[in-house]
Amino acid sequence: MSSDNALQDLADRIVAQAKPGEQVEAYVSRGGETSIRIYEGEVEHFVSAQSESVGIRVIKDGRTGYAYAGTLDESVLSEVFAEARDNVQFGSADEWAGLAEPDGVEKVPQELWNEELAHFPTAEKIAIAKELEKLTLATDSRIRIDDANYDDAYGETAFATTSGIRAHGRENGCYVSVGTLADDGDETQTGFGFSVGRTPTEFNLARAAREAADRATRLLGATKPQSKRTTIVLDPYVTAQFLRVLSGSFSGENVQKGRSFFADRLGESVANPLVTLIDDPTNPLAYSATDIDGEGLAARRNVLIENGMLKQFLHSSYSARRGQTKSTGSAVRTGGTPGVSCLAMQLVPGTATQDELIAQVSDGVLIQMVQGLHSGVNPISGDFSTGASGLLITNGQVGAPIREFTIASTLQRMLQDVVAIGGDVDWLPMSANGMSLVINDVTMSGA
Amino acid sequence: MGTLSELVGKETIEKVLAKGRSTGAGFSEIFIEDKRSTSAGLDDGRIEQVTTGCDRGAGIRVVHGETTGFAHTADLSEAGLLQAAEAAAVAAKQGSGGVVTVALGGIDTHQVNDVQILPNEVPKTRKVELLERANEAARSIDQAVVQVSAGYGDSVRRILVANSEGVFAADDQVRTLFRVSVVASGDGGMQTGYDSMGRTIGFELFDLYDVEELAAGAARQAVTKLKARPAPSGALPVVIKRGSGGVLFHEACGHGLEADLVGKGASVYRGKVGEMVASSLVTLIDDGTMSGEWGAIGIDDEGHHSQKNTLIENGVLTDYMWDYLRARKENHRQSGNGRRQSYMHLPMVRMTNTFVINGSSEPDDIVKATKNGVYVAKLGGGSVNTASGDFVFGMTEAYLIENGEITEPLREGNLIGNGPQVLRDIDMLGNDFAMGNPGTCGKDGQGVPVGDGQPTLRVKSLTIGGTAA
Repeated sequence: MSSDNALQDLADRIVAQAKPGEQVEAYVSRGGETSIRIYEGEVEHFVSAQSESVGIRVIKDGRTGYAYAGTLDESVLSEVFAEARDNVQFGSADEWAGLAEPDGVEKVPQELWNEELAHFPTAEKIAIAKELEKLTLATDSRIRIDDANYDDAYGETAFATTSGIRAHGRENGCYVSVGTLADDGDETQTGFGFSVGRTPTEFNLARAAREAADRATRLLGATKPQSKRTTIVLDPYVTAQFLRVLSGSFSGENVQKGRSFFADRLGESVANPLVTLIDDPTNPLAYSATDIDGEGLAARRNVLIENGMLKQFLHSSYSARRGQTKSTGSAVRTGGTPGVSCLAMQLVPGTATQDELIAQVSDGVLIQMVQGLHSGVNPISGDFSTGASGLLITNGQVGAPIREFTIASTLQRMLQDVVAIGGDVDWLPMSANGMSLVINDVTMSGA
Repeated sequence: MGTLSELVGKETIEKVLAKGRSTGAGFSEIFIEDKRSTSAGLDDGRIEQVTTGCDRGAGIRVVHGETTGFAHTADLSEAGLLQAAEAAAVAAKQGSGGVVTVALGGIDTHQVNDVQILPNEVPKTRKVELLERANEAARSIDQAVVQVSAGYGDSVRRILVANSEGVFAADDQVRTLFRVSVVASGDGGMQTGYDSMGRTIGFELFDLYDVEELAAGAARQAVTKLKARPAPSGALPVVIKRGSGGVLFHEACGHGLEADLVGKGASVYRGKVGEMVASSLVTLIDDGTMSGEWGAIGIDDEGHHSQKNTLIENGVLTDYMWDYLRARKENHRQSGNGRRQSYMHLPMVRMTNTFVINGSSEPDDIVKATKNGVYVAKLGGGSVNTASGDFVFGMTEAYLIENGEITEPLREGNLIGNGPQVLRDIDMLGNDFAMGNPGTCGKDGQGVPVGDGQPTLRVKSLTIGGTAA
């Protein structure tokens, strides 16, 4: 029996214990990770870890209860089930409460499991991380290494519900990353680089090393700029972070609960016509690609913004029922009952390189890093303000480094102020892709 | 449920520690955790659901030279633990070091928190009622309040730590938390308000604090901001209200004083002990023994007693914060700052409750002495690049200061500064010390509960990241 089936069997067995009048969902998972950190040519730490969990959701008369445990130990399952049942009585009756139901949408076949990675020798993982440290050190004499890391993870999940969902999935992946410190006298600047793959043979260590060194060294001597309105060019990694900030505003549940500035804007222009934004977890290039969502429905491609026009919101089975529409396969689990989120955001790229985009900017800033997106951006009001560092752009050329400044606007305005999208797509270890992005009329605050 | 020492016997622990050293490693450690939590959420007028959770397992750490091997397991049987110990030992060093024995004494405890009412002994109905009261209180503030979400959470975390150097210690950590977030809607769009309270105590939290008051405050914050104008862009004097700006010190220097970052040369404060690093007004303390505060612990997650540590005294850097590994390497004392998110994580140097003690200025005088600037009544989160010292923090409730008076509300934004510069630029310090909201500090992918606090203070220049010229 394959390991997938063992998890599915466990989920099925839990659901089979549902009493009349109860809707039950079992969500079981297990996974593991290897985390290797190299420092000065030696292994600083080696973490080898397995984890497992079970979550049981019970719905009765419109009331929901939930319980979980960080183990699949049979002796604990009945306790978890009893807790979930007990918790039902405290929830409010909600006419839209319910489980996902099979919707006939087929899973898109994807290669999410890599056998080569599953059997990759530990010694070679260590050697890869050591090689990355060595390559990065060799790039520039001003570079020190903060840490060089190899990480991989695998996970299996299975769902079963009394409403007829039976689904399981299995994924693995790996990445390397390196953090750098560049010194010049008393001054230290930092950089980072990484490379992602389904298997270590897909890594581009030389590129990760080069980027980590460049990011740190090119900030040496950076000064604080004067405040002014300017044009910004976001590096691909920053663009991906910007896309993630927008994610919640596409959630149908946030729209229904009055937490999205996109509410009432369906079919309207919400962005520059250059912007086409898609959520597509079926694209295997995406690090967060998956074939099932957080309720066991097939993951699917959803167009969010097409040529600047807001096309649709994303739904779980709950928000779909409440909005009298269908689930878009966008349920996510972040520890408890399902929420709604983008799974793999992808901005449709243009064709220009970053250099070509910069050549079009007479006066602006290339934003290399941002800091504090979690503290200075309010996705409900749309207020956007983040710390940043980067390089001044003058007459189409990058020049002096700058740091300790903020860039600010609102999310609503920034979408309209996009003036160019690069073709330099980067697939990053996060749930959004990135490419260079040019945005006009942003306030830079410095001295 | 039994205590952890009943669940895993001393003999088993001794065998596990010995197994950890069986490949020749100098140090082995077992960290056992049993965490029970209850949470309940209200949103959109409904109790969404009550969730109960149980996380239990052990993390085993083996240190061989400069290499740490780590494995964790949810299987607390002797066989399960021995298997994890072997995995950790192999991870730290391939090879054999022969047979090792470890003997432990009695369990050590260090009680700093006093819990009156264990949350798991309180009926869930009472927890749910709090949410409903908060919802009503927030909605009754103003018609403009369009959405309220409230959350209740409690946890009982029991830990047991033993290592091959004879540490054998246990602690029970009980935390109770309540939070409210509010959305208000007006002509200019939506605004949000947020407040929270949390302490390392039990359900008596709600005898000490009123959820209705908390909710009303969050609602007022959202409604006030509907009339807010864009925050200024550029450098201005900033006055930070008491109990809201501890995160400034957490970011401006707290992280930079963590010995692991200092040791790697990734801190602007490296090599600065004994030097003036801040305005002479500043005395900064990190105190894990501060009873009931959000970052209070009896022992750290390496079994070391929590302590009160002075980091900066009258502007002079006195010491960093330490964990086992870094203290061993530098031949320094541990300071009770070795913490981890759970048994699935390696410990590292972390803050506990970090605060600046009182100065002598009257808070009103600080505002009056400021001709034009920004008054920050509530700060959000922040982050820091410890190597360059550049840090940001968000202001979630702020006002303009014009001619020495607090005037119009401002929209949200980040403030940015450089740690060493900002510490020197603190030119007024109030006499009204207060601790702030419960926080979760993130480092290297791990979150731990931390507290912070400070009296009202002024920084003579900080960059405000708004959009108004």
